[in-house]
Amino acid sequence: MLDKVTRQEGLRELPELTLESDSRDYLARAARQAQAYDKYELIVDIDGHLHEGRFWGELLDYCENEVLRRDGKWLLKDGQNLPLVNVAMGMIFQAMQGRVSHQTGPREGVEDPAKHGHPFVQIVRRSIDSMGIDYQIVFPTAMLLLGLNPMPDIEIELSYAYCRWLTERILPDDKRILALGYLPFHSPEDCEKIVRKYADNPQITGFTICAARHAPVHDNMYMRLYRLLEEIGKPLAFHAGPNWDDPSFKTLNRFVSMHALTFPHYNMIHLTNWVINALPERFPKLKVIWVESGLAWVPYLMQRLDHEVLLRQNEAPGLKRRPSEYMREMYYTSQPLERFDLDLLKSTMTAINAETQLLYASDWPHWDFDTPGSITTLPFLSDQAKRNILGLNAARLFNLPVKRVRPRTEDVIAKRLQELGG
Amino acid sequence: MTDVVVGKVSEFGDPGRKVVDVRGKEIGIFQLDKTFYAYHNSCPHMDGPVCQGIVLPLTTEDVDPETCKGLGRGFSKKHTNIVCPWHGMEFDIRTGEHPTDAQFRLRKIPVRVEKDLVYVTV
Repeated sequence: MLDKVTRQEGLRELPELTLESDSRDYLARAARQAQAYDKYELIVDIDGHLHEGRFWGELLDYCENEVLRRDGKWLLKDGQNLPLVNVAMGMIFQAMQGRVSHQTGPREGVEDPAKHGHPFVQIVRRSIDSMGIDYQIVFPTAMLLLGLNPMPDIEIELSYAYCRWLTERILPDDKRILALGYLPFHSPEDCEKIVRKYADNPQITGFTICAARHAPVHDNMYMRLYRLLEEIGKPLAFHAGPNWDDPSFKTLNRFVSMHALTFPHYNMIHLTNWVINALPERFPKLKVIWVESGLAWVPYLMQRLDHEVLLRQNEAPGLKRRPSEYMREMYYTSQPLERFDLDLLKSTMTAINAETQLLYASDWPHWDFDTPGSITTLPFLSDQAKRNILGLNAARLFNLPVKRVRPRTEDVIAKRLQELGG
Repeated sequence: MTDVVVGKVSEFGDPGRKVVDVRGKEIGIFQLDKTFYAYHNSCPHMDGPVCQGIVLPLTTEDVDPETCKGLGRGFSKKHTNIVCPWHGMEFDIRTGEHPTDAQFRLRKIPVRVEKDLVYVTV
């Protein structure tokens, strides 16, 4: 029954969300969701991205090789997007041609960096405050495909430059932003140098290998690197990525097909080599994380490898247990969480021991990002399992303090409304 | 329930759209062919701000009925969609339904026009 007619009283118009939209407005509904888990002690996002494109010139300044530094800067001035990086075929379709504009953004303005921190930091802070996240581990989006670069010296050079830019320009401005050191897997020696250089940096919580590459992770040339990682006690992450140039994938005629298959593909290959060659037996204390492939592929691979290995033990003689048992002790990040069949998802989470091994990841601002709500709204998880997945598992893995550092959700919402004049 | 005026008809394009927050309730109001539709600004996928995305015709792919050969993609002349800006999920503005799986649908809100004013019931 209608009780009265109100004419535009208390009415606020909301804009179309575009490339120029402020992260806080893009994520305003995420802030509302965050009210539901405001009581949780710790929310950690294992995989946040921010396109470094607008800061690429700064990063190039850190290139120590004078030729690459000069060439990169010249190409940048010439209008090239992300010079030195090999831009993969078809990646321009990521943002669905304007349908999901945050994929190619954000292009929002920022406050005075002298007072509020580096623009990168300001934008990350806006997004993590909106999503109710305490800590975010940022990943270098632009360098995702460097493992496929036919010029290995570029991967090596950019990995040093990125780590320096990150630790000297970005991380000091906000302790809530964490990172994984980028490992130039083309060169095990340089990987080791980077690990040694940043082993004691508390904001470098581990190290990452971009998985879209054709490298045998079990090759003996990497054993010293794995031993070193095990000794310093920081985890190793394999971050999946797309690759439409792989001959197998060239028959896929749509971005959606390529994206659906290539991300888990590379992690499946590396994980298979990791297990079949018994690296978990050789490095039992090394924690390994599989990032950004969703979860559905994991129980598939567990079943497939168990079946084959139990029949063909002679080809995997280093294993003392079933492949699935080693896999159940590894770590996985949640995004993009395949949520459209909750029965299957529940089985998957059981198979991987999600309560202790699953780590929430947002992948913001990419088109398939997940808010923490992707975990809190799952009906089959206990409250403790949700807390673990959203933060406590990460605290244990990365040795983070279990202490809330994010602002209260209510305050985040009120502050933004005030800024908008509401 | 309360009837709220969200604007004059002339303030809407055709096709046109306005998204408003009425004391914490977010509502998208659309005009298509002189008819108004209104929905909660919440995507059934992940609660994204669905009504604040771009408006586009439905993408189609015709097939030659004789040869079964694909004729390539095109834009529908009949169906217009709103695209959730968070993840790209699309919904027909007239029905609120996802083109592939109608179990995903926007939640409707009563909307009417009276004396050139557009009202929604919240």
